[in-house]
Amino acid sequence: MTTTPENTTGIVTEDLKAYFGKVQVLKGISISIPKSKVTAFIGPSGCGKTTFLRTLNRMHELARDARITGRVLVDGTDIYASGVDPVLVRKKIGMVFQKPNPFPTMSIYDNVVAGLKLTGRHKRKELDEVVEKTLVQAALWDEVKDSLKKSGASLSGGQQQRLCIARTLAVDPEVILMDEPASALDPLSTAKIEELIFQLKDRYTIVIVTHNMQQAARVSDNTAFFYIGELIEFSGTRDMFTRPKKKQTEDYITGRFG
Amino acid sequence: MADDKVVVGKTVLVGSGFSYWRRKISSGFFTALFSSSILVVLLPLILIVGYLFYKGAASVNINFLLHRPAPVGEPGGGMANAIIGSAYVVGIAALIGIPIGLFGGIFLGEFPHAKFSNVVRFVADVLNGTPSIVMGVFAYTVVVLPMKSFSVLAGGFALGIMMIPTVLRTTDEILQTVPNSIREASLALGVPYWRTVLSVILRSAKSGIITGILLAGARVLGETAPLLFTSFNNAFFSYSLTQPISTLPVQIFNYAISPYRDWHRQAWAGALILVLAILIVNLGMRTFSRQKYEHSA
Repeated sequence: MTTTPENTTGIVTEDLKAYFGKVQVLKGISISIPKSKVTAFIGPSGCGKTTFLRTLNRMHELARDARITGRVLVDGTDIYASGVDPVLVRKKIGMVFQKPNPFPTMSIYDNVVAGLKLTGRHKRKELDEVVEKTLVQAALWDEVKDSLKKSGASLSGGQQQRLCIARTLAVDPEVILMDEPASALDPLSTAKIEELIFQLKDRYTIVIVTHNMQQAARVSDNTAFFYIGELIEFSGTRDMFTRPKKKQTEDYITGRFG
Repeated sequence: MADDKVVVGKTVLVGSGFSYWRRKISSGFFTALFSSSILVVLLPLILIVGYLFYKGAASVNINFLLHRPAPVGEPGGGMANAIIGSAYVVGIAALIGIPIGLFGGIFLGEFPHAKFSNVVRFVADVLNGTPSIVMGVFAYTVVVLPMKSFSVLAGGFALGIMMIPTVLRTTDEILQTVPNSIREASLALGVPYWRTVLSVILRSAKSGIITGILLAGARVLGETAPLLFTSFNNAFFSYSLTQPISTLPVQIFNYAISPYRDWHRQAWAGALILVLAILIVNLGMRTFSRQKYEHSA
């Protein structure tokens, strides 16, 4: 990726509404997520932050009876425009899930290159390079370099999550969406994931959903606070946690509800 | 209860009293009940296999395995053509039953809430419970009559139809147990849906699906009724799709109801071979399903 000037816009949503059947989960979200920054989504359970995240790479529509209205512009292109292939959208906008989900029947090596192997032909040497490069990026290489043939499911939870991050990096996305990537992990593994996010943010636009406000404060440049399907406040993380503009934000970050 | 001598702080670990003995006795009673139930289940199986060995083992020899039936009155002869015929008919059945059952099962498993999925499931369950002789009559009407001949094709058709519901329902159920997180992981990597199903979901469900296929095959291998109307019988080696063929179950049936002692002997031997074949398929199935659990561990 070429260097981008400060605060270049990466993802813009315009009046985005999301539904599960008749239930409206997002009530018109408009936001500009800057490029090559870490943006955290916080808010109480059920506020729609995960749903919102999943609309950004067209994963939302996979759920039963799920649909959206509004626009999502990534680098100026509406990813919901007719003719846009969701498969290509998801390749460009990677996702890391809450629970580590390596492919259980694949080796560590095959897990990393799954996205490449399943979408085209690649030379063995090329794959070898990708495996080493992304596992190094995901800070997992030293732990698994001698056991790449072992099952991905044999790793510990924290290692599995880093494997999933390597797998996401391997398809060379521009944006990485993370849905509470450390909530199922112990503090040490969490610290490793956070360190990783810090390393990756120069090269990728990262959006992270988190329940942990300390985590949002540690890793993100900007924070968005969601409450019952609405975007209440979006500002620089330092501002958000020191001088919240809205009463609801202040109540939430000081632990008065949620 | 008043006679409970449980003292907290001082050790009373030796049980006694009415409620203690009542618990002991009912525990023993139910343990005995369940163990004897297992015996009741196992006993017929052991008796049948044991009796088959007793009656049939002596007649299983190289002649029996390599030769076709001898004419009435001549000693010797075997069931080689019936063994090949059974494999042939079940092979044709597999060609019909596995693809339809597999593709249908993938549809049901991947779109469990589609409008007619429940209708298809219901129909499959009814089909599964349909008496096999009805399948024979059906195949007779749609294959044998138009072709004006009993044939391998007709037998394979009847058994193939019988395999469909088993393969379909196991595939359906196994696919629904594949965690959605695996599906999403693949889709989120930009892998197209069809490729996700083929390379990720089916791969995770492979052992379960193979188990279903083997189960269906083992089941139809022993079917006799549908074959009486379809593949019929043949005293010779035959490899033509459009000709009648000898199969183990039908051959056993014919020999068993014959008046000849030598044929009775051979029927026992044939039955032993058939049961052993099914047993081997089932053992293979167990190996596959065991692998499944190792994966998920």
